[in-house]
Amino acid sequence: MAMTSSGTAVVTLPTDTQIRITRTFAAPRHLVFKALTTPELIKRWWGGDRGDVTSADVDLRVGGKWRYVMTANEGFEVAFHGEYREIVPNERIVSTEIYEGAPDGVSVNTVSLEEETGQTMMTNLAEYPSKEIRDSVINSGMEGGMQESFDHLEQVARSLR
Amino acid sequence: MTVMARAATTADAFNAVAEPRRRQILDVLAGGERPVNDLVAQLQMAQPLVSKHLRVLREVGLVGVRERGRQRLYRLDGQALKPIHDWVKNYERSWSQRFDRLEVVLEELKQNKEEHDGDDK
Repeated sequence: MAMTSSGTAVVTLPTDTQIRITRTFAAPRHLVFKALTTPELIKRWWGGDRGDVTSADVDLRVGGKWRYVMTANEGFEVAFHGEYREIVPNERIVSTEIYEGAPDGVSVNTVSLEEETGQTMMTNLAEYPSKEIRDSVINSGMEGGMQESFDHLEQVARSLR
Repeated sequence: MTVMARAATTADAFNAVAEPRRRQILDVLAGGERPVNDLVAQLQMAQPLVSKHLRVLREVGLVGVRERGRQRLYRLDGQALKPIHDWVKNYERSWSQRFDRLEVVLEELKQNKEEHDGDDK
């Protein structure tokens, strides 16, 4: 079995109020779409190394709501929710996202999936209401135990193989 | 990390590289020192505009300049980019961790599909 080599997410800041994240996955886009929209699957990846996703609600229709709750490694709970604005199956999801700890900072996220020869390039463009909020989101990456080593991740990946 | 305490000034490296044209200038200078005319030719931008952007880049330390005869040669100072690199890198790492897990999920979905395809045939 060809285990995909772990690449990195590429983060760029196209404008003062945006964050763009791209990554290519060795899977067709309908499977990527499935992993992005199926609660049991979201629970398995969305928390990354930050904590365990304890709840993932997905009402996948325009106007439908989503909400994810994670227990961070430090023990506290964080929750995010939003609303779907546009859904093109296997291609595109536009939704709002609100971190419940800072409810003024609503972002509009556009996830696009492009497939080429069985590989899927995912682009996640997040648009924030201001540069300050955008910057604080990036700063949040420096808190909450996100600087732990990759050892933990590798162990999990091995155990699932 | 000193970058956490970065001041919210309008004249820092972060703002300087927010402008796409200035990023283009940095990309060209990453290839080596250039006089302004080379930048004008390569980027097809008006000279006053290039000069304006160079001035901003110099103010935040991203670009240095030296005289050679009558020419002024501009160069990239990569050290000034490090705070940006460090700042975004941590955020990038958290997404990489997330995506690494997503890859594991996708790998399983692919295998399940192959098994089902096998059943159909």
